[in-house]
Amino acid sequence: MKLLEIYNLNVKAGNKHILRGVNLSMRPGETHAIMGPNGSGKSTLASVIMGHPGYAITQGGVRLNGKLINSLDPDERARKGVFLSFQYPSEVPGLSIEHFLRNAFNAIHPQNNLSVVEFHNRFLTAANQLRIRQDLAGRGLNEGFSGGEKKKLEILQLALLEPSLGILDETDSGLDIDALKTVSAGVNALRTAKRSFLVITHYVRILKYVKPDWVHVMIDGRIVLSGDWKLAHQIEKRGYDWLNVKKK
Amino acid sequence: MRPKATNEELLTRPDDVAYLFKAKKGLSERVVREISHLKGESDWMRDIRLRAYQVFLKKKMPTWGGDLSKIRFEDIFYYMKPVEKVFQNWSDVPTAIRSTYQRLGIPQAEQKYLSGVMAQYESEAVYHNLKDRMGKNGVIFEDMDTALKKYPEIVKKYFGRVIPAGDNKFAALNTAVWSGGSFVYVPAGVKVEFPLQAYFRINARNAGQFERTLIVAEPGSFVHYVEGCTAPVYTTNSLHSAVVEIIVKPGARVRYTTVQNWSKNVYNLVTKRSFVYEEGVMEWVDGNLGSKLTMKYPSVYLLGRKAHGEVLSIALAGDGQHQDAGGKAIHGAPETTSRIISKSIAKETGRTSYRGLVRVPRGMTGAKSNVVCDALLLDERSRSDTYPTMEIKESDVQIGHEASVGKIGEEQLFYLRSRGLSEAEAMNLIVAGFIEPIAKELPLEYAVELNRLIQLEMEGSVG
Repeated sequence: MKLLEIYNLNVKAGNKHILRGVNLSMRPGETHAIMGPNGSGKSTLASVIMGHPGYAITQGGVRLNGKLINSLDPDERARKGVFLSFQYPSEVPGLSIEHFLRNAFNAIHPQNNLSVVEFHNRFLTAANQLRIRQDLAGRGLNEGFSGGEKKKLEILQLALLEPSLGILDETDSGLDIDALKTVSAGVNALRTAKRSFLVITHYVRILKYVKPDWVHVMIDGRIVLSGDWKLAHQIEKRGYDWLNVKKK
Repeated sequence: MRPKATNEELLTRPDDVAYLFKAKKGLSERVVREISHLKGESDWMRDIRLRAYQVFLKKKMPTWGGDLSKIRFEDIFYYMKPVEKVFQNWSDVPTAIRSTYQRLGIPQAEQKYLSGVMAQYESEAVYHNLKDRMGKNGVIFEDMDTALKKYPEIVKKYFGRVIPAGDNKFAALNTAVWSGGSFVYVPAGVKVEFPLQAYFRINARNAGQFERTLIVAEPGSFVHYVEGCTAPVYTTNSLHSAVVEIIVKPGARVRYTTVQNWSKNVYNLVTKRSFVYEEGVMEWVDGNLGSKLTMKYPSVYLLGRKAHGEVLSIALAGDGQHQDAGGKAIHGAPETTSRIISKSIAKETGRTSYRGLVRVPRGMTGAKSNVVCDALLLDERSRSDTYPTMEIKESDVQIGHEASVGKIGEEQLFYLRSRGLSEAEAMNLIVAGFIEPIAKELPLEYAVELNRLIQLEMEGSVG
């Protein structure tokens, strides 16, 4: 059984044709990486899987556990186990992180309602693991956070919300080496036989810590090459130009 | 019953309140005399009213702020005494009203009172206990009409001192026809440890449309006064014009919290001002919901060295509403400090305006003022404006001003929805976060009610 199946996915933003026939399958427990130059459509793919309303699917689609999710709202997808770690998480001033996350947890896991105290303990444990400063928890969601702090908070959310598919959109960008190690360790701790990850990145360096089972290269809205971990090494040495396909 | 219909119906429903006495529609010298006579007032108060009426006639309508052209002074009842029982029993109260009260989480005893089933609030005894305790310290807490009879000297000494009838047309109107409101007197050094709120909630129904409130805090005293309640106050009276005067003597501190939710046909034009003397502290915390147009700018006149004033306000303008609110700080002594924070939310055709004034005349060295006004727009049609006026004539001062207008963006909503929250839940969390810095200053139960009420208001704005 496939967890995620993307077939002939064509996506437009306004009149702009961004994804031009993406095919990708992931089984439970697998970690896939999508690499590619800027503007190749990687982040669009992440947003479309999560259900961003700014994009229109013109052909093909996305199946989750065998069911088409093209027309589901983002919150319905989240409740079915999809999580997106944002490249640029929004700030929501005044909204306490813990209050927000407890609401989110109860929305996603209504059968598993945790008390305020139980949730608080989980929150503290996860925050410690990710070395998130205590005082950040008292601020509004992402309010005045540095880029690195925002990324750590995304992974904290992932840890607490327990999705079956975690999509990491450029989680490594803006992280210094220590933060990258911490975040990678956090992700690795969450890798299980059932949980899959889709790691979207421009650079190879995060893949050295979060080692993928599969690597795909996306250029001009298509996956042009797939392979194992060795492909990432090739990209590191040779860049993307040798793969470049002329635009139609 | 559908929640949206419930709230709408409640806020627009004409009320069926019967009145024991109703003065004639419209205003004349005779009506003013009649009001004073019916209340059995002394000549001096009658004369204040009559003089104020002449001022009212002479004063022009404000040409700034909101649209006041639809006010018909001749169509308004200026004095009404409601009968005690409106509905015979709880089951006669319209379901719409009952369910809104329930959804607001107002205790049933209080629901019955607010809807008019109970003439006497059950916690009357509690109130009397509080009053006895206060009485021992010399604290006076009465409705204004009673205070005028029981303590005429004190009332006479301070009435109209902070806001004279000549201040503006609506202050003149209030002075001419006022009825109800509260009188609070706190003797020197007495700190009232509980907010004076339970009483006013009881009294809310009788608050009327031209209430007059006067608070005198003697040196070194403290009192927190809470007025209004978040239950919709619905009325066919289309004009609410109150006056609140506060005197904060040296080293005293007064906090005045208002949360009001007027029905959507009401012009809410209120003058609130405080005189703050040396090292005194005045804090206005103001939540404005409902009404057709609100114009309200609580003011602090800092008249003694190191006096401090704060104006914290939240305004929500729904469809067809205009909230023109803000604050004023007049630095009339050196080393005085002020802080004005305004948070407003507009949705659909709603409009919020921040209007503020900070004045520091020459010689007021060491004055500090900080103004922050943030507006949140919920959709494309809503509107917000900022009219900050700074008159700074002294150079040895620290003045800060920040203004922001934000929209609930698609990205922000998408972000929260990607965490499993519905669109409505996401909107509610964003709005609750936005007002949090001020909501946390409210007494807890008011903050909870305010959040619930804003949620109710927002249910109509998301699909």
